[in-house]
Amino acid sequence: MDSPQAAPPGPPDAHPDAPGTPDDRRPAVPQPRVDDEPYLRVDDLRVRFDTADGVVRAVDGVSFTVRRGRTLGIVGESGSGKSVTSLAVLGLHDPRRSTVTGRITVGGRQLVGLPEDRIRRLRGRDVAMIFQDPLSALHPYYTVGRQIAEAYRVHHPRAGRRAARTRAVDMLDRVGIPQPARRYDQYPHEFSGGMRQRAMIAMALVNDPALIIADEPTTALDVTVQAQILDLLADLQAEFHTAIVLITHDLGVVAQVTDDVLVMYAGRVVEQGSATQVLRRAQHPYTWGLLSSVPSLHGDPDADLVPIPGNPPSLIHLPPGCAFHPRCRYAGDRSRAEVPRLVPTGADGHLVACHLPPDERTRLAAGALSERRLP
Amino acid sequence: MARFLVKRLFSATLTLFAVSVLSFLMFFALPRDPVTGMCPKNCNPERLERVRQELGLRDPLISQYAGYMKGIVTGRDLGSAQGGRCDAPCLGWSYVSNEAVSDTIARVLPVTLSIVVPAAVLWLLLGVGLGVVSALRRGTWLDRAAIGFSLAGASLQLYFVGAVLLLVFVYTLRWLPVPSYTPLLDDPVRWASGLVLAWLALAFLFSAIYARLSRAQMLETLSEDFVRTARAKGLSQPTVYGRHALRAAITPVVTIAGLDVGGALGGTVITETTFGLNGMGRTAVDAVRAGDLPTIMATVLIAAVFVVLANVLVDLLYAAIDPRVRLR
Ligand SMILES: Nc1ncnc2c1ncn2[C@@H]1O[C@H](COP(=O)(O)OP(=O)(O)OP(=O)(O)O)[C@@H](O)[C@H]1O
Ligand code: SF4
Ligand SMILES: [Mg+2]
Repeated sequence: MDSPQAAPPGPPDAHPDAPGTPDDRRPAVPQPRVDDEPYLRVDDLRVRFDTADGVVRAVDGVSFTVRRGRTLGIVGESGSGKSVTSLAVLGLHDPRRSTVTGRITVGGRQLVGLPEDRIRRLRGRDVAMIFQDPLSALHPYYTVGRQIAEAYRVHHPRAGRRAARTRAVDMLDRVGIPQPARRYDQYPHEFSGGMRQRAMIAMALVNDPALIIADEPTTALDVTVQAQILDLLADLQAEFHTAIVLITHDLGVVAQVTDDVLVMYAGRVVEQGSATQVLRRAQHPYTWGLLSSVPSLHGDPDADLVPIPGNPPSLIHLPPGCAFHPRCRYAGDRSRAEVPRLVPTGADGHLVACHLPPDERTRLAAGALSERRLP
Repeated sequence: MARFLVKRLFSATLTLFAVSVLSFLMFFALPRDPVTGMCPKNCNPERLERVRQELGLRDPLISQYAGYMKGIVTGRDLGSAQGGRCDAPCLGWSYVSNEAVSDTIARVLPVTLSIVVPAAVLWLLLGVGLGVVSALRRGTWLDRAAIGFSLAGASLQLYFVGAVLLLVFVYTLRWLPVPSYTPLLDDPVRWASGLVLAWLALAFLFSAIYARLSRAQMLETLSEDFVRTARAKGLSQPTVYGRHALRAAITPVVTIAGLDVGGALGGTVITETTFGLNGMGRTAVDAVRAGDLPTIMATVLIAAVFVVLANVLVDLLYAAIDPRVRLR
């Protein structure tokens, strides 16, 4: 079941690159909508916060790549470092309170350690961000249109007010907001939740970014609106050939729209691979837990939901060895002593960080996943 | 908007009406006979009776009140002992100072205005500026200095600060004249040099409060999602801090400033006393000491007008700043 032949559809070079094989570029195979060179490449990213209670290791050695036209999903429980990772890509961590190390390459430019002013010119132009709650993410005192126009003008200093307005109205129209010219002059509180998120997307797209980072873009929305927003993102991605990083709690969303998946636990990547690999042939006990704690991806109402027992660990005092061991029913002595490295499972591009021997893991995986009647 | 204004002005009028009735009742309906307090020396019963007649104290309360209010609106005749015709806004006659109360007010209100308005501009600029800078430089020596400043401002008393300022700038360095009031239009330089210490003392104490308030507001706003959005758009720091963060942080500061200024315009007793300036505050206190009822009544009413107006103004400002506020 886990043979390399079972790799998901799609070009083989579309998988995230394994860390440790930083440059695995293959000879260029003509692939119409997928670039050969990843647009975003994150290598061994570490983010620490110095707080009064101690050093918080929020992100601890995360690596991944995203190509244009592809979507990477990042999943993990609350506090696993998903948002901290995405904010690091935009260089939004306060250098006085945090330490960011590693390499983040966006369109060939390495960002970590660059002065604020250099990174700033990338923000919103090459890399745009969509946040979870559009009501709090939009400024309550300015009209929606003005906020979009502002995002345009900051990167098009020669564009006049009128041009920026036209552009903003166009974007509102493009994301499916009716009567865009009238909506331009309304305030965020006059929009519905779904419309606000569309406006947020319009703002993110106004400068034709090559990469969009969406941090739980649909969590605050109800299910139908959620589906509309995801469709919209997919359409726009197809049109503009954008790379997308989609952060979410919702494995259903992951199954629906992502190509590749990164599973994070306590600031580390525990499993990584194509969406099919991670969702259907998960190899990590934590991923099994995540999969059992969500309703069946087919919406099977009879499935029993089994939350992962226990709570995520403190990021100041991480458990030694595998950070998941206090909650893992398969933990052994080695789990408590040694941090598992992210290693290939054998399937192309599928990586897992767990000490379980591969054959035992495969056996357990079959059991763990069938228990749940997963798709 | 127009409807809001009409409604607010109506309720403001009601409030002022209530204040006027209450103060009127308090001063004129108290068991203590106001006339005894007003009568110059050598009062005999006949004279007292005549004063009572002139003051209209023998009339029913309602018609006394109606007369007083009519005087404010249209002016009225007070009789020869009280200076005869009293033009609107007539606030009665003071036996203590032997002049129409409106003349007293016309003399002392500009003093209070001249103290409060420049001081308010100073304390807002200084307080908000300091608060914002220390929020942006949180944890640095600048922030700590600003916190020290706020603590000093919050714990020192005005008469102490005033006395130190006087001692240093007037009596030791002799850089400034002894504080006094010169009308602005007569001589702007003397106006300013006579009042600058009062401005500084008031501004120091108030800006400490405003620095603390705006620092807290700014820190809270800086952690808001929309500030993160502004940064993620690629806006420069000045734009993020000024146009996005400060705009939201300033709202409660504006509210409190409006009410503080409104309150201060009713009289800044301690400041006026410390610097020997004769404004509304001292006039009110002196009137209370002398039992000068018409003056007390007038100062209470005027202070109430300022507070009520400040409230309406703050609501308007709030709506101008925050589009979510609907003026109804
Ligand atoms: N500025 C900061 N200072 C200190 N700790 C922080 C800071 N930002 C984040 N953290 C900590 O880093 C950890 C990871 O946070 P992060 O926001 O990335 O989680 P997340 O995976 O996005 O979770 P959620 O699903 O709840 O959004 C959390 O424990 C959080 O408390
Ligand atoms: S390394 Fe051990 S504790 Fe960690 S997930 Fe694997 S089995 Fe569980
Ligand atoms: Mg998050």
